[in-house]
Amino acid sequence: MSGGVDSAVAAARAAEAGHEVTGIHLALSRNPKSYRTGARGCCTIEDSNDARRAADVIGIPFYVWDMSDRFHEDVVEDFMSEYASGRTPNPCLRCNEKIKFAAVLERALALGFDAVATGHYARLVTGDDGVVQMHRAVDHGKDQSYVLGVLTQEQLAHSLFPLGDSPKSAIRLEAEARGLSVAQKPDSHDICFISDGDTGGWLREKLGSGAGDVVDHESGEVLGQHEGSFGFTIGQRKGLRIGRPTADGQPRYVLDIEPVSGTVTVGPRAALTVDRIEGIRPRWCGTPPERLEGSVQLRAHGDEHRAVVTVDGDAVSVELLDAAQGIAPGQAAVIYDGSRVVGSCTISAARRTAGEA
Amino acid sequence: MTDPTRPAVYLDHAASTPMYDEAVAAITRQLTQVGNASSLHAPGRAARRTVEESRETIARALGARPGEVVFTSGGTESDNLALKGLFWSRRDADPRRVRILSSAVEHHAVLDALHWLADHEGAELELLPVDRLGRLDVDALRDSLARDPGSVALVSVMWANNEVGTLQPVADVVAAAHAHDVPVHTDAVQAVGQVPVDFASSGVDALTLTAHKLGGPYGVGALVVRREVDVTPLLHGGGQERDVRSGTIDVPAIAGFAAAVEVAVGRQAEHALAVSALRDDLVAAVQAQVPDAVLNGDPVDRLPGNAHLTFPGCEGDSLLMLLDARGIACSTGSACSAGVPQPSHVLLAMGCGEEQARSSLRFSLGHTSTGADVEALRAAIAPVVERARAAGVVSGLGASKKIAG
Repeated sequence: MSGGVDSAVAAARAAEAGHEVTGIHLALSRNPKSYRTGARGCCTIEDSNDARRAADVIGIPFYVWDMSDRFHEDVVEDFMSEYASGRTPNPCLRCNEKIKFAAVLERALALGFDAVATGHYARLVTGDDGVVQMHRAVDHGKDQSYVLGVLTQEQLAHSLFPLGDSPKSAIRLEAEARGLSVAQKPDSHDICFISDGDTGGWLREKLGSGAGDVVDHESGEVLGQHEGSFGFTIGQRKGLRIGRPTADGQPRYVLDIEPVSGTVTVGPRAALTVDRIEGIRPRWCGTPPERLEGSVQLRAHGDEHRAVVTVDGDAVSVELLDAAQGIAPGQAAVIYDGSRVVGSCTISAARRTAGEA
Repeated sequence: MTDPTRPAVYLDHAASTPMYDEAVAAITRQLTQVGNASSLHAPGRAARRTVEESRETIARALGARPGEVVFTSGGTESDNLALKGLFWSRRDADPRRVRILSSAVEHHAVLDALHWLADHEGAELELLPVDRLGRLDVDALRDSLARDPGSVALVSVMWANNEVGTLQPVADVVAAAHAHDVPVHTDAVQAVGQVPVDFASSGVDALTLTAHKLGGPYGVGALVVRREVDVTPLLHGGGQERDVRSGTIDVPAIAGFAAAVEVAVGRQAEHALAVSALRDDLVAAVQAQVPDAVLNGDPVDRLPGNAHLTFPGCEGDSLLMLLDARGIACSTGSACSAGVPQPSHVLLAMGCGEEQARSSLRFSLGHTSTGADVEALRAAIAPVVERARAAGVVSGLGASKKIAG
């Protein structure tokens, strides 16, 4: 229970469904701030108190579990080292994979609990074969199956997502009706461990400036300097601060970031287009497919791209029928068959093949 | 589910113990009375009379003079008043006096106040070591005093440790400090009503106690402080309490406090005998079920109701949760605001590793404890430890990662 409205209603629904529910708030920082500032709603003592008050109203026991060491090791350090290697990780996905549905679930199972219920928006359906399928939430705008796409069958078999069948607006109304004081609490977004929301600044502080050249993708000409590559993401257009316009007057976009040298490569929008993705470290919700005509999602709340996915052991190849733009290594590709999540992989390379000779 | 307000088995008396009937009756009598104890009219004088009779009762029970009892809002305020008040007045009298000598196992109400003085008032803090039983190294105190006695503002050593129950050598501390004319404060929150506490014969200059640990209400306590000792006030206002502590006097709470002190101190000897026998049964019962459970603290010189045990391979907060689910209330140590379990500074100071510090539980018995409580714990502890052990392994103690792969 983060202290937000979603996990509060999820706990209330699970309790009402007849489960013996215990509320757990995860302490993810050794030195939590007293009060919440901005939109990051899970890491302060105030948030912990909100979760405790929700548990009181629901009528369930409540405890704080200290997961700060595991969180730092598996999520925060992973986030830094991925960035340092020039990749763009999703820490929420890593937290689900390593903390909520791993460290927390393992401890819960050992203590005699049967499952972890969360306020994520996704649906679980148990098929005739006993396999638990994960599907997109009814509310596509809130759907979080992307950040859950790393969960294996064993993890899914011990998970409950009580909110998957409801739109967010209904959850807020339900929270109000249940007397939960967090009913109107703003949604959290951004990265919870970066308290001011300035990811670039946070990375500069942790990893050093990473200053370097801004170069043109075709000519290799140095167009300018920047003060830190961590402020950039692939596909970014604004904030490049290049004095000279392109010959054809078209805007430039970040195409590539080379973390060791700090070189940021820029070029036209067309050069961002990608129709082929290679993936590593696949995680499958059930039996891995060999070849699948389905779709992939490449970032949280991103578009769905029709795709043909082929799997060879730990190597995943994705042919995008709907091209994507600005795809960075390190992002997760989550593979869907209709609304069902098949699995996921970490993008190792992305390129353009169409139009090549 | 058990009613959370009435746990079937309450083994956390050191956190707070149920009120005595006599205290409830004394408070209830006062709740309907009007009159500010500082007012000059008849109702005011009646309220003042209740306060002064309460003060006399408490003084009598503690071997102090009534004028030495300063009412406060409880243990934390009394500790802050003693430490800051003594430090400021002693330093004002002689600016060389900036050293404060204390122990590494004090309650946070003492430790945090001392750290504040070090951070903001230039105090030089020396937290003296304890042995493996949690008992202050008095030789270290003597050495520290002798090094430069003129620079010591005060010494503060608790009477009994709140976590592991070890009694501190208060008489030796007083002798060592008074040899250099340095005043001594003691936090006796856990001691009053549990072991004999006599203010005058102990020789301490200031002593903290609080009502809710001895069968009285929350939110009231006292600093017993010798009249000739100057204490700079923390709270300024009407000067109600000897000009050392301001704030309208809480007559019902003070009446309940005095009633509880009278009962607790009056019954102390028989209480200690009965509760320590029950405590010994508890330790024996737990160790019979969990042979590798280790009793921490001094096995002899300890609080009668305290049983502090380490369960190797378990996380204390797993044990607490599993026992709580079975209606058994206990503690992992002193509670903290965020509810995040930190390894106990007391156990670390006793030389335990962080893992052992996180693997411990405090069971504390009190005036309502019975053999049935011990029996309930005996019946529950083995399966609870077995489960917590399995969880302890996955969540970091000996870390293995099963599902995460």
